[in-house]
Amino acid sequence: MSPVLAITAGALFAAGTYLIMQRLLTRIVIGLGLIGHGANLLLLGSGGPPGAAPFTDQAGQAMSDPLPQALVLTAIVITFGTTAFLMALAYRSHALTLSDAVEDDQEDRRISEANRRSAA
Amino acid sequence: MNVSLLTILSAYLAAAILIGVAPTRFRRSTIATAAAVMVGTLVWVLDQAGSVVNGDVHIETLRWIPSLSVAFELRIDALAITFISLISGVGLGIVAFSGAYMRTKPRFNRFLSLIVMFAGAMIGLSATDNVFGLFVFWELTTITSYLLVGFDDEKAGSRSAALQAVLTTGLGGLALLGGLVLLAQAAGTASLAGIVASPPTGIVATVGLSLALVGAFTKSAQAPFHFWLPGAMAAPTPASAYLHSATMVKAGILLLLRLAPGFNTASIWTPVVVSVGLATMVIGAWRALRQTDLKLLLAYGTVSQLGFMTALVGFGSPAMLHAALAVLISHALFKSALFLTVGAIDSTAGTRDIRKLSGVGLQHPLLALTGALAAASMAGIAPLLGFVTKEAAFAALIDAQKWAPLAIIAASSAATAAYSLKFWWGAFATKPQSPEHAGGDPAPLRTIRTLIAAPLILASAGVVLGLAPGIVDRLVYAFAPGAKLVLWPGWKAALAVSATVVVLGVIMHIKRESIDRAQQRFVGGRLSRISADEAYQWTIVALNRVADRITGVVQHGSLPLYLAVILTAVIAAPMVAFGFAGGVPTLPTGPFSLPEAGMALLVVAPALAALRVSSRMVAVLLLGAVGYAMAGIFVLYGAPDLALTLLLVETVVIAIFAFVLSRLPRHFEIMVWRIRSAVRAAVAVGVGGFVAAAALLASGQRNPGPSPSAAYRDLAPAAGGKNIVNVILTDFRALDTLGEITVIATAAIGVAALISGFRTPVEEAE
Repeated sequence: MSPVLAITAGALFAAGTYLIMQRLLTRIVIGLGLIGHGANLLLLGSGGPPGAAPFTDQAGQAMSDPLPQALVLTAIVITFGTTAFLMALAYRSHALTLSDAVEDDQEDRRISEANRRSAA
Repeated sequence: MNVSLLTILSAYLAAAILIGVAPTRFRRSTIATAAAVMVGTLVWVLDQAGSVVNGDVHIETLRWIPSLSVAFELRIDALAITFISLISGVGLGIVAFSGAYMRTKPRFNRFLSLIVMFAGAMIGLSATDNVFGLFVFWELTTITSYLLVGFDDEKAGSRSAALQAVLTTGLGGLALLGGLVLLAQAAGTASLAGIVASPPTGIVATVGLSLALVGAFTKSAQAPFHFWLPGAMAAPTPASAYLHSATMVKAGILLLLRLAPGFNTASIWTPVVVSVGLATMVIGAWRALRQTDLKLLLAYGTVSQLGFMTALVGFGSPAMLHAALAVLISHALFKSALFLTVGAIDSTAGTRDIRKLSGVGLQHPLLALTGALAAASMAGIAPLLGFVTKEAAFAALIDAQKWAPLAIIAASSAATAAYSLKFWWGAFATKPQSPEHAGGDPAPLRTIRTLIAAPLILASAGVVLGLAPGIVDRLVYAFAPGAKLVLWPGWKAALAVSATVVVLGVIMHIKRESIDRAQQRFVGGRLSRISADEAYQWTIVALNRVADRITGVVQHGSLPLYLAVILTAVIAAPMVAFGFAGGVPTLPTGPFSLPEAGMALLVVAPALAALRVSSRMVAVLLLGAVGYAMAGIFVLYGAPDLALTLLLVETVVIAIFAFVLSRLPRHFEIMVWRIRSAVRAAVAVGVGGFVAAAALLASGQRNPGPSPSAAYRDLAPAAGGKNIVNVILTDFRALDTLGEITVIATAAIGVAALISGFRTPVEEAE
């Protein structure tokens, strides 16, 4: 894998990670999309050096590995499905609560608060 | 007749299910079903007993998880036969009694189903040889006991007693599992008989044995775990008679009896088991004397007698084991009879409080006779089985010259005789000082007659077997050869002990008021502050408090914080592995390509820009820009299919976003973060750096050699396609593609459900 590809993938992961550690679903979806792109680059890079498009009638030329490409193609489609679903969640969340923020778990918060009070 | 025990166990399971689902009005049929299973077991036992008393052992095996040597290995020997006859014999009495006793309970079938289920589990427990099978049956009895103790689940007292019982014995069960695993590992076999045949030694075996002992002590209510048994009296009286006196609480003794032949020489065995047993015997007898509730008196009496058996097993010699099993049999008979007697008294008088009961003996002379026979057996009066077996224990102790334990046991036995008298006197005597006859709704006389039948038969068994102790002796002798059980031992020291014990007991009963005052004074002292029950309560409260603390810290409810912790772990754990692996990894050296670098820049720049923008739409467009640039990289890497697909997908995604964003605020709201953005940036850079480094290191380790994809390339023409990627998706890995389509379809259904077909809260309010 070329260093450029590896560093690009790393940058996409970093940006995506930064975005998903937040509360707004829109940002989380964008972050997941970036991480998905990064993962696809890793898959692509795992196929070795680039060559011609993998068609059978290009015998003789150095050809790109078709298997990672098949995997990436599947990943793109799955990411698409995930993104669409999460956006629908954001839509519904906004319709119900007028915000697409992911709130803290109320029950967990309650236990945590109760502890803080008893410690104080 | 050649019926396997496995068949019988299946019959119990089937009967329990049938009875459980039967409608309430089929009460007679359910009783008949339960009784039939127990009678069948009794017949089977009689058939087997003939060869078993001659030392034969029948083995049945049903493999379950062979790789972990988990199996149902049943080993039908004298001990198993003894237990199975007690379980089915006493069980038959319990079933007959319950039908009349619980005649007004609407959930009778549920009760009966649990009783049958328990009986099956207990039979399995007494015959199983595989340590894991033993644990499974052991826990099954714990669970059925829990459900029976908490049977009156509308009462808070029943529920907390059930919880206490299941926590105590459940904890012991876990200790037992740990102990059995260690013992099995040390011995190299999961067979109990195998472990005992060549007992392992060393630290692992000692720890394993200690844990197994803890399990046995909790189950058999030995100090300091004895407190759950009196609490378990919240169960309906027939269940108390069955589980908490005759059978289940003997499971610990059973385990001790099974382990004793192999481990009685282990350094911890005799000191620990004997002292625990003696302490329990004294505590139980002391407390039994103080009870005014007949059922609680019997419960503490059971604790005391279990301590007696434990102490005998602790000495471990064949004569002592012989005596222990004999005591166990007689105790099962007289104690179940006594519990059922209390149940009958409760039904007729509406109370079981000694201070309120008066004149029951005159009203129901047959019931008084039943109580007298059973109580006399408990007190150890000739010619009852209780006398014969206690006599055997005294004789074994005298032969072994264990004078101090003999003195403790004799003193406790005197107390036993005293509380036996107190029981009978309290239950049946006509007392002048009784101010009131607790009303309630006395059962009709016909029902009382039915109620008397079962305890009378059980108590009479004590008489018959006492007069003809040879029957019990043949079984017990086949388990452990000891002195023969005889009704008339001759003028020996043991007889003197027996007589002294009874006389002392009578004196204690006559002097009960001064003894009571002495106990009162003692209880006022410091010693009484130490209560196992309070220790239990304190432990539960402390446990809940600690659990709350830990939950509050580790489960604070913030998803971003969870993610930060998880991702940090993801980075840190492999780093540690890298560190330990050592060596300098080889990095790949690929040719630098200018177009690739350019496209990479086009990918990274909008991605980084998306971090800071405040407009939702701009952020989404930047994501689209990353996608289009990615398509460029795909083209450079000879993947035109990917590029086309990605362009299409990105366009659709932007369209979806545009639709959703039209409802959402234009700008991102300012949120209060629980993690500062510096921390988030650090974690993000860590993850990114880790991914890049891992990718480089991994591709540096790439094996040269034929690519696995070569096969796809060569076979593609045969599959009828030129585009190898397409052929892979639609032919070679078509099932993957099917799964992928399923995911998309599911997501589509989810999206449709989320977008349409719901009412907003505003509409609902209208």
